[in-house]
Amino acid sequence: MSASGRLAVDIGGTFTDVVLDLRGTRTTTKVLTTSDAPADGVLMGLERVLALAGATPADVAVVLHGTTLATNALIERRGAKTALVTTEGHRDVLEMAFENRFEQYDINIGRPAPLVPRHLRLTVPERMNAAGETLVPLDVDAVRDVARVLAREEVESVAVGFLHGYANPEHELRTRDELTRTLPGLSITLASGVCPEIREFERFSTACANAYVRPLMSRYLKDLEDRLAALGVNCPFLMMTSGGGLTSVASAREYPIRLVESGPAGGAILAAHMARELGVHRAVSFDMGGTTAKICLIDDGEPLLSRSFEVDRSYRFKRGSGLPVRIPVIEMVEIGAGGGSIASVDGLGRIQVGPESAGSMPGPASYGRGGEHPTVTDADLLLGRLDAEGFAGGRLPLDEGAARKALADDVGRRIPELADPRQSAHAVSEVVDENMAAAARAHASEWGKDLTGRTLIVMGGAAPLHAARLMQKLDIDAVLVPRDAGVGSAVGFLVAPISYEVVRSRYMRLSEFRSGLVDEVMADMRAEALGVVGEVATGELRERRRAYMRYVGQGYEIAVALAANVDGESMREAFEAGYRELYGRIIPGLDAEVLSWTLTLETPPHDAALAAPELGRVQKALSAAPLFDGARAVPAVRRERDSLAVGASLSGPAAIVEEQTTVVVPEGFVVSVTEHGHLLMRRQAAAGAAGAATEDRSGAASRLRSPPARLQPRAETARP
Amino acid sequence: MNPIRDQLVWNRLLAIVEEQAQTLMRTAFSTVVREAGDLSAGVFNTRGAMLAQAVTGTPGHVNAMARSVGKFLARHPVETLQPGDVLVTNNPWDGTGHLNDFTVVTPIFSPQEGVRPVALFAATSHIADVGGLGFGPDGREIYEEGLHVPIMPLFERGEINATLMRLIAANVRDPMVAEGDLYSLAACNRTGGEQLLKAMAEFELGEIDSVGQRIIETSRQAMAAQISDVPDGRFRHAMTVDGYDSPITVVCCLTVDGDAIDIDFDGTSQISPHGINVPLNYTEAYASFGVRCVVGNDIPNNAGSLAAITVRAPAGCILNAEFPAAVSARHALGQMLPDVILGCLEQALPGSAPAEGASCIWNPVLRSASGAQGNFSSRAFVINPIFNGGTGARPAQDGLSTTAFPSGVRTTPTEVNEVSAPLIIRRREYLPDTGGSGEYRGGLGQVVEIEHAEGAPFVISKMFDRIEHAAQGRRGGEAGKPGRVFLRLADGTEHSLRGKGRDTVPAGAILVMETPGGGGIGDAHDRDPASVRADMDAGLTTPSE
Repeated sequence: MSASGRLAVDIGGTFTDVVLDLRGTRTTTKVLTTSDAPADGVLMGLERVLALAGATPADVAVVLHGTTLATNALIERRGAKTALVTTEGHRDVLEMAFENRFEQYDINIGRPAPLVPRHLRLTVPERMNAAGETLVPLDVDAVRDVARVLAREEVESVAVGFLHGYANPEHELRTRDELTRTLPGLSITLASGVCPEIREFERFSTACANAYVRPLMSRYLKDLEDRLAALGVNCPFLMMTSGGGLTSVASAREYPIRLVESGPAGGAILAAHMARELGVHRAVSFDMGGTTAKICLIDDGEPLLSRSFEVDRSYRFKRGSGLPVRIPVIEMVEIGAGGGSIASVDGLGRIQVGPESAGSMPGPASYGRGGEHPTVTDADLLLGRLDAEGFAGGRLPLDEGAARKALADDVGRRIPELADPRQSAHAVSEVVDENMAAAARAHASEWGKDLTGRTLIVMGGAAPLHAARLMQKLDIDAVLVPRDAGVGSAVGFLVAPISYEVVRSRYMRLSEFRSGLVDEVMADMRAEALGVVGEVATGELRERRRAYMRYVGQGYEIAVALAANVDGESMREAFEAGYRELYGRIIPGLDAEVLSWTLTLETPPHDAALAAPELGRVQKALSAAPLFDGARAVPAVRRERDSLAVGASLSGPAAIVEEQTTVVVPEGFVVSVTEHGHLLMRRQAAAGAAGAATEDRSGAASRLRSPPARLQPRAETARP
Repeated sequence: MNPIRDQLVWNRLLAIVEEQAQTLMRTAFSTVVREAGDLSAGVFNTRGAMLAQAVTGTPGHVNAMARSVGKFLARHPVETLQPGDVLVTNNPWDGTGHLNDFTVVTPIFSPQEGVRPVALFAATSHIADVGGLGFGPDGREIYEEGLHVPIMPLFERGEINATLMRLIAANVRDPMVAEGDLYSLAACNRTGGEQLLKAMAEFELGEIDSVGQRIIETSRQAMAAQISDVPDGRFRHAMTVDGYDSPITVVCCLTVDGDAIDIDFDGTSQISPHGINVPLNYTEAYASFGVRCVVGNDIPNNAGSLAAITVRAPAGCILNAEFPAAVSARHALGQMLPDVILGCLEQALPGSAPAEGASCIWNPVLRSASGAQGNFSSRAFVINPIFNGGTGARPAQDGLSTTAFPSGVRTTPTEVNEVSAPLIIRRREYLPDTGGSGEYRGGLGQVVEIEHAEGAPFVISKMFDRIEHAAQGRRGGEAGKPGRVFLRLADGTEHSLRGKGRDTVPAGAILVMETPGGGGIGDAHDRDPASVRADMDAGLTTPSE
C-alpha cells in the first residue's frame, strides 16, 4: 500500500507545530523552535509525531511546510549583506520611500532603515520609459565596475531594479547575465522577476527584501531537504506562502519573500475551510495570541486577498512603519492586542492596553517570571476565565496573587472606582475588547464590508476567552472554535490548494481596449504560473485573473475579477461593480485605466474532510470555580473540552477548558459540538430556535438525534 | 458616573470619527484626499463644541474644523434643524482656509428623541477644482479663485439643493467629480451618525452631552496640567521667508501663563497682493499644531484640549487675512508657522524643539503648454507631484531627509508620474551637503530634473519657499542649504526661476528643482565621529576642501 500521510509543519517564533493526517487520524505535537538550526526542531517534531501515530517515515506522502524564518530574519536584520543595482539618478528610491511620516504628532519617529545602505546602492547609466522603450542603453562597462565593487565589499546577495523594468526587463536580464559571468556564486534577485509591477519604491523594496533573505532561506531549505531524505522521507515537499497557497521548493528558493506570513495565512485558510464545510457565506477569522490579534474577512469560503504587506511595523503596529513588500497575501489587520498586552493608566486617567507586550519573558505577572505589569492574561485569570492549576496542561501554574497585585498597583491605585482588582480586571478586558472591535470595524469599513451577522472563527490562546464579548460588540451571531486551534496554522496547510500568482504591469485605457494586449499578457503570465504549479500539481487547475483598475487620474487601483473572455464593455461593467461595492457609487462618463494584471493558477482546495477527532471519552471532574462579571461572582459549569461529544451542548455561564485556552460561555449563550468536532457558540435565543438542547451534565444523552445544525447562510446586506 | 463606561464611549467616539474619515478617504475623488489625507472628520455636541476628531494627513484643519460648526449653528440655530438636513460651505473663513475645501455638517437625530439633534458630524475635504484661476498663488482677490458657497443647505429634509448643484456644475472644471465629492462628504457624516446611534444604544445613552462634557473637561485639565509644567514667560521669535515677490517676516510672541498659552503674531508682515494670505482659522491650526508637537501631543483634539491655546493676529496682517483677500495657496505660509512656534518653545523648554526645516511642501503644478503644442504630438496633461526637502534636526537625532513636515502627505512615484504625463524625471535623489551641519544634522533635500519626453515646452506653477531664506539651525547648528529652481537650457546655460508663480519651460530645456535642507542642532564639532564617518561613507556629506 502506498504512503497516504500528509504532514504539516509550521515553524513559528516560539513553537514548531507538527500535524500528521494519516488514515483518518490526526496527530499533533508542539516542540520549541530551534532558531539557530530550525531543521533540528522540525526533525524532532516529525519523529515525535510519527512515534505518537505509530507510523514510519515511509508513511508520509507529502510534507507541507510554513515558516516564519524569513520574517524573523527581516525583523532581526539577520539577512545577507545585500546590494541594489539601480538606474543612475535614482539611487535613493529605497530610502526616500513615500517621503512621509506615519505619525502626525511625534517629531521623534524614525523610519525603518533601508535593507541596503547607501554605499551599496550602486547605479549604472540606463533608462527605459513607461512604454518599455530604451531611452538610454545599458552601460555594460558600468555593470562591470559594479561587479568589482560587489566583489570588494563581499556582497552575498544583490537586487537589480531599474526604472520601468516591469515594462521591459531587458536591461535587468543583461545585468544579471553580466554579474553571473563575473561572480558565479552571487545570489541575484531581479525586481522585474519578483514583482513586475509599477511603483518603483515598493518594487525595489520587495526585491531587496527577497535578496536579503534568499541565501539564508536557500541554505535552510537545502538542509531540511537533505535531512528529511536521510530520515527516509522522500516524498514531495511543498511550501506555504503568504497568499494561502502551496508552492514548490524551487520557487520558494527563488522568491522566499513570498513565504513571509505563511503561519497566519494557514490560520485564515483553516477558517475558510471551516466556513465552506459549514456553509457559512460570511465569516471573519480572529486570531489572538500573546502579542497581537489578527483579523481576516472571509466571504463565500475565500479569505480576502491583496498584494500589499508591511513586514515589521515597528511603531505600535502602525501602518507605514514597516517595510512594504508587494506579494500575494491574505489580507489581515493586525493590532497590538494579545494575552501579554500590558495595561496601564495614561495621563488622562484612561486605561490603555497594549501595544506593548510582556511577551513570554517575563510574561504576564501571573507567570511568576518577574513580570510586574498587569496584562490581559492577568485580567482573564482574575475573572475566572483561566484555570490557574491546569494552564498549559499544568506545566505553568498561574499565580493569582501576583496578577492581583499588578492590577492593584498599576490600575486600581490610579482609578479609585476600580480599587477592587476584579473591577480593574473587568475594565482591562472591556478596553482590549473595545480596541479589537474597533480594529475589526475599521478594517471591514476600509474594504467596504459589514461585520454584522458574520460568523466569528477564533484561533490562538487568548481568542476564545474574549469571543463572546466581541460577538456582542460586533453584532455577530455565531462563534466557531476549531479543534486543534492551538496548531490551527499547520492544520490549515493540510487544506490549502497548490497555487501561484503572477503579476504584470501593462498600462491600458479602457477607452483604448486592446484584446491583443490582454491575450498576450495573460498568456505570458499563464506560462510562468504553469512553470511553477505544473511542476508539483496534477489534475484540473483553476485560473483566476484580475485587473488593477482605477478612474483616470486617481491614485489607487482596485482589484477587479475578470472573466475568461473580456472586452472593453465587460471590463467596464466589472470595474463599476467592484467600484460600487467598495465605494458605494461610480463616476459616470469618466474613463478608467488598467495599471496591472494578475493571473493565478491553483488546484481546488484540499477539501477532503479532515480526520475527525475522537471526542467524549475523557471524563475528568473540574473544580466549580465561578466566572466574574466585575466583582460579581457568577457560578459556572466547567468542563474539559475533550469530554464533550459531537452533538453535546452546554448553556452558559460555563467554561470549556483545553490545554492552551478556555472557551468562555457567558450567561445567555449556548455552545454545541459540531459534527467535525468544532465548538459552536450562539446566543441562547438564536440557538434555542435551532433546536439545541440545554445544559446536560451526563454528556452522552445530549447527543442530538437530528443532523447537526448547519449554520444558516445569510444574504450579503445591500449597501446603499 | 461610570468612569469605565465614559472611557469606552470616548474610545468609541474616536473610532467612529476614524471610520468616518476612512469612509471619506475611500470615496473621495481628489488625489490629495485619497493619497495625502487632506481631509478631516469630527463629531460635535449640539452647542457646536468638538468631542472627537480623526487624525488625518493635515494639521491645517485641526482648529479650523473645530470652530467651523459653531459658525454653521450661528447661521442655522440647532432648534431649526430637521432630520435629513445637511449644510455646506467652502467659505475660507467659516471652513478651512481656501475655496477648495468644502465642509459639510449633518445633524443626527435619535429615533427616540426625534425633535432635536443629539450630535452633529462634520467633514471637510479638498475638491480638486472650484473654477476661477485654479489652485495656485496667482489670484489677487478671492473672486478670482473660484466659486464661493456661503453656509447654506446641501440637503433639506433629505432633498438635495438642486439650485446649488446646478450652480456648482456650471462653475467648476470637473462637475462630475465635485458633485461626487459633495455626496461622499454627506455619506461619511451619515456613516458616523449611524455608528453613533448604535453606540448610544449599546451603552444605553439617551444623549451624549454629559459624557461629552466630561471628555472636554478631562482633556482641558490634562492639557492645563501639561502647560503648567512649562515655565511661565513671554517668548519671542521671528522668521523671515521668501513670500511671493517680497520677503515676509513672521513675528511671534508666545506667552505661557499658568495653564494657558497665548500666541500673538503682532508685528508680522502685512497682507500680500497674491494668494498666499492666511485666514486666521488656518493660522490657528498650524500654530497650535506647533505647540502640540511638544506639549500635550498625547491628548486627543477636542474643544477642551484646543481651548488651552489662544492664537491672535492683528487685522490686515498676512496671518489674519480678511475677505476678500486671495488665499488659495495659504498652505505655503501656514506650513511655516510650526517652525516659528517651535522657536518660541525652545526658549521655554530648551532642548525640546527641532530646528527649522524645509516645511513648505514643493508641489509644482506641471501642465502642457496650451497653444505651444504645434509641432509636438504628445497629449495635454496636468499633474501635481510633491517633492519634499529635509526636516530640521530633532533634539537628539538627525532630521529626516526628503520628508514632509508639518504636512503629512505622501509623494507620487516617478513611474506613475511618467505614466500620467509625457515627462521624464531624469534624476530624483538626495542632494549631498544640504542638511545643516551640527551635533545633529538637518535632513537632506533632493534634486529633481524633469524634461518633456519629446522636448516640448511645458508650464510650471510654483508655490516654493526657502529659496532666499534658509531653514535656520538651533543651539549653534548651521542652516540647511536653501532651495533652488532653475532651467538648464539646450545650450547648457542655466537660468534661475523665482519660487512662486507661473513660468514656461522652453522646448528642449530641463527643469531642475533643489529642495531645501533642514537646519542642524548643536555644534558640529560635537557630532559623534561615527556619524560623521557614516555620512561620508554614504556620500550624504562630501569632504570640504
